[in-house]
Amino acid sequence: MQTQEHPSAADAFVADDAHAHWHDQALWFIRAKRDKCAHGLPEWEELRELAAQIKQHTIARLGDYLEQFERNATRLGAVVHWARDAAEHNAIVLKLLQERSVRRLVKSKSMLTEECGLNPFLEQHGIEVTDTDLGEWIVQLRHEHPSHIVLPAIHIKKEDVGELFHRELGTEKGATDPAYLTEAARHRLREKFLAAEAGLTGVNFGIAETGGFVVCTNEGNSDLGTSLPPIHIASMGIEKLIPRLDDMGVFLRLLARSATGQPITAYSTHYHGPRPGCELHIVLVDNGRTKLLASEEFRNSLRCIRCGACLNTCPVYRRSGGHSYGVSVAGPIGSIVNPSRDPEKHRSLPFACTLCGSCADVCPVKIDLPNQLLSWRKRIADLGLIEPSKRRLMRLAGRILSTPRLYAFAGKAGRTLLRFAPRWVVYNRFNPWGRQREMPLPPKESFRQWHSRQSRDDKPSSS
Amino acid sequence: MSSRDHILREVRRSLPADAPLPSLDRQWTRYEDPHAQFFEILRGVGGAGRIVAGEQQLREEIDRVIAAIGAKQICSVIPEATAGNVDIAAIEDPHDLASVDLAILPGELAVAENAAVWVNGARVRQRVAYFLSQHVVLVIPHERIASNMHEAYAWLQQSADGGSPFGETTWGTFMSGPSKTADIEQALVIGAHGARSLHVFFTKP
Repeated sequence: MQTQEHPSAADAFVADDAHAHWHDQALWFIRAKRDKCAHGLPEWEELRELAAQIKQHTIARLGDYLEQFERNATRLGAVVHWARDAAEHNAIVLKLLQERSVRRLVKSKSMLTEECGLNPFLEQHGIEVTDTDLGEWIVQLRHEHPSHIVLPAIHIKKEDVGELFHRELGTEKGATDPAYLTEAARHRLREKFLAAEAGLTGVNFGIAETGGFVVCTNEGNSDLGTSLPPIHIASMGIEKLIPRLDDMGVFLRLLARSATGQPITAYSTHYHGPRPGCELHIVLVDNGRTKLLASEEFRNSLRCIRCGACLNTCPVYRRSGGHSYGVSVAGPIGSIVNPSRDPEKHRSLPFACTLCGSCADVCPVKIDLPNQLLSWRKRIADLGLIEPSKRRLMRLAGRILSTPRLYAFAGKAGRTLLRFAPRWVVYNRFNPWGRQREMPLPPKESFRQWHSRQSRDDKPSSS
Repeated sequence: MSSRDHILREVRRSLPADAPLPSLDRQWTRYEDPHAQFFEILRGVGGAGRIVAGEQQLREEIDRVIAAIGAKQICSVIPEATAGNVDIAAIEDPHDLASVDLAILPGELAVAENAAVWVNGARVRQRVAYFLSQHVVLVIPHERIASNMHEAYAWLQQSADGGSPFGETTWGTFMSGPSKTADIEQALVIGAHGARSLHVFFTKP
């Protein structure tokens, strides 16, 4: 499997400076909206603490809650399937569709099916799949993947959407007005909803106590996709469970506020059994989640409710774009869950982080993201997966930092070099930091020099 | 071994230490005037509405909405609001509601903190009416309002009287404002797939 390093994968995104800057600011604006929402609720911190506790409790009894959920969902008339991995999930969905001769499927947002690569698999088997979330549809038409778990098309400029829709929908050439483009998409996607023979959704929360599940959208696409065709398939990661219906109060108060700074999504639909005369299938998917559960260090990342707050606040994500992570779930949380699936392939992700800790400050379920990212770095080093250049550099740094005389010499050499060396000696391919930035101006003297001078100067007065 | 048993075995093999399930019985934010809070948030999420006194005032408001959007095909489940001309009770196939311009439907409970309205299938046979209609009006009795989501869920459980809060209806949705998207360069556009406008009227006798 090909390993792509995060820094080189970010090259193309970073090259468009104006757009990269827009991306950074747009996500920071959402972070600010989130703050405003959070500060508007006096019980915000209490809610975060409760959410963390509820999830922790659920994870500790996950086996029992999964069985309870299955029992109750079945009682409501749903059919529950279990999938160990992506391939099994895809095979279950395909079989359900083929047995009912379904050729047209509408999907509403589901990062799990992205993770499983469901779309290309179904298309190979002659099934037309339409992603109906506007952002996901744009991304699908461009033969790309979402770059953000909540804002799938955040990396795309409206000019590019205009061009795409001109080609695909016949909108006016050069049109870039989001309202006009959205209206065009509404018309085309209505046709898709009305023609669909089955609907597939993700799941935001599964409720063990009732056997129902909740799907949240702003567009209403999951509601249209499940209220028209006679078959509803819901793909659900096994970590999505919560114990009680009442717990939804805590999570719905946190989810949209954390995600986009809204008080709640426009539609939060609670599905409890199939529509009369229709079918409801729930596919419970492991695909590496039990591996995370088995890891004491990383298991609390299973609390994640996929709000995207950690992406919006992350200085690296904002400036490098979601595609640079090369995974379905990018950003800080993605840099934890993906290496657990394949540490070699995703070895650079835990390093795409400044350890600033901002993600932990906004996480609604209090995942200790920076600690886990740091732990992953150690794990990756232990597995011998650090790239040779970084390893050599680390070893050298270790030597210098543990030898006082070497350290003093290196400091002096650095100060001299930065001050007097010609530019090409400092700014070249061995110094990636200097590619887009100026090196800092070195101080005239080191701390040691300053300190010994201070104590010399102090002597007369103290004696 | 079946996948089910395999997954359950893997899950149970690595469970962390038990952690208590917290009680949610707390002092949550309540609003002195929940309706005022509801309307403030509703305006913020692109909706509109007011409190109406008596059927006459409700009919006037509905007529205003019909005129404003030029609604031709109207589906009403609230006869005192307007008669409408699409009889949802007679519709077998939800696709037949595709050309409805305006649906006037019941809301069961409003939530002040986020302008959400709980709707379900208790009185509306085709749930798609809430989502497929171009415009939606929700009508709720004045006193049916909770301050926050915890009160809302408590109300759902209570009104179920020991049974399932979903009863025979198989679904329920918190709707807050009209359908919206910001997927093109974060520009907010109202009317993505669902309702292009959402009015909420609280009815006082």
